[in-house]
Amino acid sequence: MKHTIQSNRLADIEIIENFTDIAPLLTEKQVLVASERCLFCYDAPCINACPTAIDIPLFIRKINTGNAHGAAKEILSANILGGSCARVCPTETLCEDACVRNTHEDAPVSIGRLQRYAVEHLDPARGYPFTRAEETGKKIAVVGAGPAGLACAHRLAREGHQVTIFEAATKPGGLNEYGIAEYKLVNDYAQQEVEFVLQIGGIEIQYEKALGRDFTLKQLRDTHDAVFLGIGMGDSNGLNIPGEDLAGVEDAVDYISVLRQIDSLAELPVGQNIVVIGAGMTAIDIAVQSKKLGAGEVTMVYRRDQRAMGASVHEQELAQTHGVHFVFNAQPKQILGDENGVNAMQFNRTVVNEQGKLVATDEVIQLPCDLVFKAIGQKLHPDFLAQDSERPALCKSGRFAVDATFQTSIPKVYAGGDCIKGKDLVVEAVDHGNKAALTIHQVLQQEEKY
Amino acid sequence: MADLSSEFLGIKCINPFWLASAPPTDKAYNVVRAFEAGWGGVVWKTLGEDPAPINVSSRYGVHYGQNRQVLGFNNIELITDRSLQINLDEITQVKKDWPDRAMIVSLMVPCEEESWKAILPRVEATGADGVELNFGCPHGMPERGMGAAVGQVPEYIEMVTRWCKQYCSLPIIVKLTPNITDIRLPAEAALRGGADAVSLINTINSITSVNLDTMSPEPSVDGKGTHGGYCGPAVKPIALSMLSEIARSPVTANLPISGIGGVSNWRDAAEFIALGAGNVQVCSAAMLYGFKIIDDLCDGLSDWMDQKGYESIDDFCRMAIPNTTDWKHLNMNYKRVAVIDQDNCIQCGRCFAACEDTSHQSILKTAKDGGNEYTVIEKECVGCNLCQVTCPEPNAIAMVDIDTGQEHLSWLHHPANPFREAK
Repeated sequence: MKHTIQSNRLADIEIIENFTDIAPLLTEKQVLVASERCLFCYDAPCINACPTAIDIPLFIRKINTGNAHGAAKEILSANILGGSCARVCPTETLCEDACVRNTHEDAPVSIGRLQRYAVEHLDPARGYPFTRAEETGKKIAVVGAGPAGLACAHRLAREGHQVTIFEAATKPGGLNEYGIAEYKLVNDYAQQEVEFVLQIGGIEIQYEKALGRDFTLKQLRDTHDAVFLGIGMGDSNGLNIPGEDLAGVEDAVDYISVLRQIDSLAELPVGQNIVVIGAGMTAIDIAVQSKKLGAGEVTMVYRRDQRAMGASVHEQELAQTHGVHFVFNAQPKQILGDENGVNAMQFNRTVVNEQGKLVATDEVIQLPCDLVFKAIGQKLHPDFLAQDSERPALCKSGRFAVDATFQTSIPKVYAGGDCIKGKDLVVEAVDHGNKAALTIHQVLQQEEKY
Repeated sequence: MADLSSEFLGIKCINPFWLASAPPTDKAYNVVRAFEAGWGGVVWKTLGEDPAPINVSSRYGVHYGQNRQVLGFNNIELITDRSLQINLDEITQVKKDWPDRAMIVSLMVPCEEESWKAILPRVEATGADGVELNFGCPHGMPERGMGAAVGQVPEYIEMVTRWCKQYCSLPIIVKLTPNITDIRLPAEAALRGGADAVSLINTINSITSVNLDTMSPEPSVDGKGTHGGYCGPAVKPIALSMLSEIARSPVTANLPISGIGGVSNWRDAAEFIALGAGNVQVCSAAMLYGFKIIDDLCDGLSDWMDQKGYESIDDFCRMAIPNTTDWKHLNMNYKRVAVIDQDNCIQCGRCFAACEDTSHQSILKTAKDGGNEYTVIEKECVGCNLCQVTCPEPNAIAMVDIDTGQEHLSWLHHPANPFREAK
């Protein structure tokens, strides 16, 4: 079979158009109409549905009265990454799903897009909206400059603590920089946002410093008053089937990370006939971006049925409108190919048996393909703590176990974001960072007293 | 199909909707367009003595709702700024071309007998059906001793009305200003002067907004503003109240009323008629949406009349007057309470915030299925209606009558009233 993974499937101009902002900034008139629909609910369900509990009715009211700067301050005081959350949050499963306007109108207030409008209208001329408390002399190590680490660092810096962030990559932002679909965070937004976060002062980022490679957890504990681990997962789950080593079998997360950093998207090679394994947000992101790069056929294959998909209906529709096919109840069996790479993938049809358990049948489905993307979840990278003798305990899902204050089994070592159990959302990572910072601050204050 | 044809002061026209004296009736071009659209009549924009006044640039100010819907707006325009003869000629021609429509001419001249004596025969010669005396214009003209400056002095109203009846055989309608404490006094004065009808309300003194950058009231004329006449949906409740005061006063109960003030749709019109208006005049709604609204005014009113079994306007005119009374006659033994329909409630909690913060703490918030359920504590509810007022859903909160088993008892006879009357 002819090797068909190639770059420049579409002209530059087409690709630039394909990767433009998927939900552009609302116009002033759209904002007026959208904000007017907010009912200013009491004990608002949208606030309860937001992991960072942004006072949504209040910020929307401020937008509606022409006080967008005040609205932005309201958002950022609850969620310092409110700008990226406005763009990447699956609002259709969070605040907008809870909006009371769904009940009789089936149309929630456009909270996400209003939030983006507000944050975009923070007026830099009026100064930084947060102040840093008097220096406390306390030093905190944050590992990972992703959403959890940045949120934690910002909170701590506001309280006057000195924060050092250790980041393995060459740029900050974590998944906002390396993992989120390009069309959701255009114009290098992740970097703009990090610059805004750092304006608080008291935060230093050391790049290309990876836990387990360049330092150990013990070293951090010995030299800092507290440690926050916001290290993400670091490693992808494998299919563990024959043919996984063939050329043309790619990890979706790695591919997106390359896509997000490449200067010219057209140069990124993409297949003619792609199979995506998985049904979560990453699977949708890789499927849609493949289509936008000019891939011929893209088929998402999932071992369960559509209702069990991790991706929201909104995301599923996005894939469908981009021409992505869905195949359900198909479990990876083997990947076929030769020295040129992949040329097909086989699946066993699955059914739910009488005990309600998903089981594979003998029926085999074969899909021709030249590129296979694996998007079946991630796991903690084993290297992170390989050098440490004392390690934080893991929970059943293989991530760090934390208590209600986000402390791990090791005192004064906290964790948040994707490396603990959760929904793996940016907004949730921010919440973890916020809450861990609050605990750290309280603990350090207590120590000061005695 | 209900009969919408109207006869007001003997003036017949195809429906009870007249365009009020204002920019929409300023000249033949507009009026012909209005008649083509189906309006029953017009009150031609107020004529005065030559030389005609000159208007300023920047004339309307607006009071917006949250999403630019116009709650009300005001104007600082004066009476017609065209010469008297041009207007009279146009009136003559339009009336000739449209004999089945009402043509009323609004007038405002100085408070001197000679002025009225001079202009009235010239108006009558146009073939117009009636005259409306503009005693209401609240801006500009009063500074020259006309408009509201007359309307605010009942003696002047009586005097000028009497002159008009003396020098003119046409029906005389006196247009009243609402910028006064008791609307019954000018109405009674008009009656004494021989008026055939009153029309009300004219516009209300207002400043719609202040430009916070320039600190000028709007509408701003070269950085300065002045109070203007407020109109539109926001003034309807004020107009209805004033109308009813005249309609239910024993002195003026038989004085015909042409209702004006924020009439935007057929429902508003029906309410004006139920409170005593013999016909209605519309302006702001036409200025905001154009003359085409006449279609729904007629169609909606006719359809509603059919449903209610009313065959003509007279069938329901004044029907709400017997139910409009003084506070002291209201039944203090009457009880109503709010009932929240859980199937229609969207759980926004607005009723709770309103009742808990500002009323009688009669709504209970209970956590249920991950959300909140709101219910009324009946024994605490005073039936104030605030929850229903604030509720965004049309069918979620009902105010329900409670049978107290007690007889009608008003404050006049209430035991707590030290001045109670014997039954």
